[in-house]
Amino acid sequence: MSAVEVTSLKKNYGSLQAVDDVSFSIREGEVFALLGPNGAGKTTTIEILEGLREKDAGEVTVLGYDPWSKGYDLHRQIGVIPQGFKFFDKATPREAVSYYASLFGVKVESDEILKQVILEDSSSKTVFENLSGGQKQKVGLALALVNNPRLLFLDEPTTGLDAQARRAMWEVIRKLKSEGRTVLLTTHYLEEAEQLSDRVAIMTKGKIIASGTPEELITKYGSGKRMVMVGDSLEDIFVKLVGGTMEEAGEIRQ
Amino acid sequence: MLSDLGVFRREYLRNRTGMFFALIFPIILILIFGAIFSGGSNGPVTVYVQNQDGGSQISSVFMNALNSTGVLRLTLVTNDQNFTSYLLAHSSTIGIVIPKGFSQNFTAGKPINVTIFSNPTDSTAQEVMGVTSGVINAFNLKRAGASAVIGLETQTISASNNYKYIDFLIPGLVGFSILTSPMFSMVNISSEYKKNKLFKQLSLTPLTKGEWLTSKVIWYVILSVISFVLMATTGIIGFGAHVSVTAWIIPFLIIGPLFFVSLGMLVGSVTKSVESAGVVGNIITFPMMFLSGTFFPVSLMPSYLQAFAHVLPLYYLIDGLNAVMVYSNYSAAVLDLAVLAIISAVTFALAIRFFKWRED
Repeated sequence: MSAVEVTSLKKNYGSLQAVDDVSFSIREGEVFALLGPNGAGKTTTIEILEGLREKDAGEVTVLGYDPWSKGYDLHRQIGVIPQGFKFFDKATPREAVSYYASLFGVKVESDEILKQVILEDSSSKTVFENLSGGQKQKVGLALALVNNPRLLFLDEPTTGLDAQARRAMWEVIRKLKSEGRTVLLTTHYLEEAEQLSDRVAIMTKGKIIASGTPEELITKYGSGKRMVMVGDSLEDIFVKLVGGTMEEAGEIRQ
Repeated sequence: MLSDLGVFRREYLRNRTGMFFALIFPIILILIFGAIFSGGSNGPVTVYVQNQDGGSQISSVFMNALNSTGVLRLTLVTNDQNFTSYLLAHSSTIGIVIPKGFSQNFTAGKPINVTIFSNPTDSTAQEVMGVTSGVINAFNLKRAGASAVIGLETQTISASNNYKYIDFLIPGLVGFSILTSPMFSMVNISSEYKKNKLFKQLSLTPLTKGEWLTSKVIWYVILSVISFVLMATTGIIGFGAHVSVTAWIIPFLIIGPLFFVSLGMLVGSVTKSVESAGVVGNIITFPMMFLSGTFFPVSLMPSYLQAFAHVLPLYYLIDGLNAVMVYSNYSAAVLDLAVLAIISAVTFALAIRFFKWRED
C-alpha cells in the first residue's frame, strides 16, 4: 500500500519551473530519498506533500489525504523536520517537546522522546539557541516524533552537521525504519542516500531523471564494475577519534 | 492556545531587554517626569527689567506692584546695558522696559507704553503679559480715580485637589507602554518568524493562526495590567498623584493591547523583510507616541496637529484613560472605547487575513 502517491506534479514560480511533471510513490514502511543538487526542486516537492505549498498541477495523495485541502487532518499523522530547523531561542528541548505534546493533545514523556533521538541529558536543559547544530536537528526530530507519526518528512536533516553528528542522525533514522515508519528524506549527500534508503529518486532541474534502489541505479547507470572498500575511510577515522562507535569506524560500503 | 501562551511567556521572561522596556522603562519615565514637574506650581517667573525712568517714585511703585504679585521675580538691568543684548547674553527671551518719562507722563495723564519683550513660543510669556496688563490696568484705574466693578475669583472643579501634571502623565505613560511593548515586539516577531520559517513549522501542528495571535493578545493584556499597577503605584506613592483606579480602566487595558498586537502583526505580515518591518513600525509608532497626548495635552498643539491627533488610535486610548482616571467622565470614556473597539476589531481581522501561516 502506498503512503504517498505523486502523479505529474508541477509547480512554477513565475517563469521558473521548480517541479516539472514529477511522479513517484512511496510504500508504507520504506525509506525513500529524493537526491539532487541545490535548486533541484526537492524542498518544493516535499513542502507540497506536507501541505505547506499549493501545487499548480498534478495529483498528490499523502496517507489518503490531499495535503493542501486536508492539511489539518494530515498533520496529525505526519512528522516533519524542515530544512534548517529553527525553534524558539529560549526554550529547552524538554520544554519544546512538552509544548508540542500539548498542541497535539498527546501525553508523552519528554525524556523518552529525547532519548529516542539520542539527545544527551545535560543538553535537554540547555536553551535552543545554545545547542550545537546536531543537537538542534535532534530537537527537530524529537518534535517530529511527538505525535507518533506514521510518515516522516526529513528535509536535508544532516546539512551543516559534522561527520559525527551526521552519523548519529543516521542511527536515529535507521531506528525509525526498524520501527516500521515510512520516511521521505531529501538530501544532496550521495552516501546518505545510499546508506539509508530503500529507494532513491534522483532529481535535477525540477525533474526526476532516475529512480530505483541504490543497487538498481548503480547497475543500470554505472559501468558494471564496483569498488568495494574494506577498512577505514578518513571520515571513519574522524568519527572514531572524535567519539564515534567502533562499528561506525569499521563499516564496509558496497 | 494556553500552551502557546505558556511558551511565549517563558520566551518573553527570559528576554531581559523586552522585560526592561515593558515594565521598567515606563516607571523610569514616571520618576523622571514626575520629579521634573513635582513642584506643584512652577514658582515665580524670572523677568529682567530695565527702569529707564530710574529714580522716579511712580516707576518704583510700578516695579514693586509687579514684584508683589508673587508671579514675577524681577531682576534689574542697569541703564548702561543694551537691554536686548543683555537678554540674549543671559539666554532669556522675557523682559520689561519701563521707558524714560514714565512717571512724568503718568502724572500728566499723557499716554506712555511699557514694553514687554517675549517669545510667543514660550509658555510663560502669556503669564508675564497677563500679570503686567493687570498691574497696568490697576494703575490706570487709580489714575482715573475709579475702582474695579467686575472682579475675578477662581475655583477648582475637582472634588479633591488641584490637578497636577503627574495626574495626566500616568494615563499618558500607560498608553505609551501599551503602544510600544506589543507594537515593537509583534513587528519583530512576525517578520523574524516568517524569516526563520517558524510559522510554517507551527502550521504543521493543530494550532491555528487565530489561536496563536489570541495568545499574544492575552499575554500583552496581562503585561499591560502589571505595567499599569506598577506605574499607578509609583505615581501615587512617589508623587502624590490623584487618579481614580476603577473597573472602568479594565476595558482600555484589554482593547489597547488587542489593537497594538494586531497592528504590529499586520505590519510584520505585509512588509517583505525584518529591516523594512522595523522601519515601518517606527514610522507608525513615533508620531503616535508624541502627538497623542502622552507627555502633554493635545490642546497645546497647533490646530492642524490636533486634527491629526484625532486620527491616531493612541489618542483615544489616552483620552479614555484620562476620562476615567482624572475626570471621572464615563460618557466620554464610552465614546473613546467604542472608537477603539471598532478599529481594533477591523485591525485584528486584517491581521488574520494577511498573516500567512503557510505559503501558497
